[in-house]
Amino acid sequence: MTEESATSSASSTTTGTTPGRGGTAPDTAERTPPRAGTTPDKTGTPAGTAPATAGTTPDGAGNGAAGTAPGAPPPGGGPVRTGRRPAARRLGRRAQGRIADWLVLAVLAVGGIAMVAPLVWMFSTSLKTKTEVFALPPVWIPEIPQWDTYVRMWENSNILTGFQNSFVVAASVTVLGTITCSLAAFALAKMRLPGRNAIFVGLLTGVMIPFPTLMIPQFVMFSRIGWVDTLLPLIVPAVFGNVIVIFFLKQYLENVPNSIIEAAKIDGASYWQIFWRLIFPIIRPAVSAQFILWFMMVWNDYLAPILYLNTPERQTLQVVIANMNVQYATQRDYPLIMAASFVALLPILAVFLIFQRQIIESVALTGTKG
Amino acid sequence: MTRSSRLHQAEHRWALAFVAAPVLGYVLFTAYPVGFALYTSMTRWNGLGAMRFIGLDNYVRLFGDQYFWQSMGNTVFYMIGIPIGLALSLALAIGMNRAIPLRSMLRTVYYVPVISSLAAIAILWQWAYNGDFGLVNQFLAWFGIDGPNWLASTLWAKPAIVIMLIWKGLGYSMILYLAAIQSVPRSLYEAAELDGANGWQKFRTITLPMVRPVTFFLVVTQVIAGSQIFTEINIMTPGGGPEYSTASSVFHIWRQAFRYQDMGYGTAMAIMLGVLILIITLVQFRLNQRNSFVLD
Repeated sequence: MTEESATSSASSTTTGTTPGRGGTAPDTAERTPPRAGTTPDKTGTPAGTAPATAGTTPDGAGNGAAGTAPGAPPPGGGPVRTGRRPAARRLGRRAQGRIADWLVLAVLAVGGIAMVAPLVWMFSTSLKTKTEVFALPPVWIPEIPQWDTYVRMWENSNILTGFQNSFVVAASVTVLGTITCSLAAFALAKMRLPGRNAIFVGLLTGVMIPFPTLMIPQFVMFSRIGWVDTLLPLIVPAVFGNVIVIFFLKQYLENVPNSIIEAAKIDGASYWQIFWRLIFPIIRPAVSAQFILWFMMVWNDYLAPILYLNTPERQTLQVVIANMNVQYATQRDYPLIMAASFVALLPILAVFLIFQRQIIESVALTGTKG
Repeated sequence: MTRSSRLHQAEHRWALAFVAAPVLGYVLFTAYPVGFALYTSMTRWNGLGAMRFIGLDNYVRLFGDQYFWQSMGNTVFYMIGIPIGLALSLALAIGMNRAIPLRSMLRTVYYVPVISSLAAIAILWQWAYNGDFGLVNQFLAWFGIDGPNWLASTLWAKPAIVIMLIWKGLGYSMILYLAAIQSVPRSLYEAAELDGANGWQKFRTITLPMVRPVTFFLVVTQVIAGSQIFTEINIMTPGGGPEYSTASSVFHIWRQAFRYQDMGYGTAMAIMLGVLILIITLVQFRLNQRNSFVLD
């Protein structure tokens, strides 16, 4: 079993896990003869440019175009590997491998159904009548889809203001926060500053203090300046930067050669110019990956919003749907609750489906590097 | 003063300006609150009136507070989902590493719960766990099993939340394991095959040690995140569950501080939680260091 895994790992290094690649079994379900020189172990990171990521990038550099792998700062680009395929095959092994592949597929597919079934059920419930919800045996496809529920939801709830508030918080945090984080990462990775490492380590100690420990004093602070029931306590602290994001951007910048910065300095560029014209374009792939992950995190946040936001019109989407859940469960209006929850999922789901490859790759990177 | 040192000074000033925001943020929103928390934890305070200094009384009270320990116990209980989830996701990753059809679609499918809003997911699962009409019991009924009223049962409420947590987190661990497996040098497997190793031996002696850093990362981060579990509990069991059987530490802290306005005591518990998380994390790093030494 793992034998094939090893072989197919070679295949995925060469081709990347491009979406929509199906049916590659013939190439990979076979053991390739050992070829020391061509074994793409240690993944396809260009040697020398990315010591930090070598061996941990899933298929990062192979997908250099996707641009989330810090392994390949431009203009190096990722190496384009043309997969060498084994010349000789024995049909028996191949057939065996295929059967095993289909078995694995069957198991994974059953698991996959378990993954999406609750979400499909959520959507299906949102289209049911109140009586269909309690039908036994359950109805999966409502007889007449009650699209009207979605109209009711927009009219009778704070979903719309919830969307607006969540968007205001997530967008301002990520846009402004990304700028502060990029600047700090630039300074911490590439500029001369006495005590630079001490500053960085000091910032990192902040990561070790969990939010629940800080939430009470922070709440007291913000209530004293009258920020309770506004979005400010959710925005302002994050705008000062997120140490985890700084960490990853700094890592990425470490791979950028100093010489290009020195060259820009000789040309008389100011540090501000160097940052905007040189550094920011270079780290843009890493920034956009962190931006998306951060946006999703802020969008889905729940604990801080319920501490601060009391007035329904000022609540973020997650708090709005949680309150609807309490309010409408007593009326047994599950279609409405499910409609609201489903709608709350959609924006992030859409972002994920559009950028899935970049998101999954950057997640894999953040995990394997941490 | 030489020209170069003046240039350096300019660079120092710019660098300082660039790191000023996070440093200031650290002072304002981490360092100061920690100091403030340490003091608050030694007072009796409702958040509005005057603080009354009572020394370590809150910490003494905490040791005798059965609800605090119950919520701690519940929090630890939820963590049994971590090893189960890791084992499942490693198995999934090994399967996913094969060149099977629909591979990237499956990868996406497993990842959808990860990116989904926790609040929405908690609402969905609360409904799915409904004793009479929930998805879970209807599924069990196919097999002739009469499922419990999950979230209303002291016995089943915690396992129900664990199942949901595993479901939600599976895709994330799977992606990290998949990345790790794909970076294992193939030559290792080839050498093992020459030595006549079977699939299980290769898994135990190559795959498992090679993905160890990822396992470590996942255990550490999931224990830290698991210690702070709140949203699911607050939404699925608003009162802390039957006989407080689902209340987590953070839920208990939140309730004491923001429902009962017992800020001093809430802060003391929050500090206790922070210290415990820190100790557990350090112990994990220690153990990891020692074990990797043995491996080498």
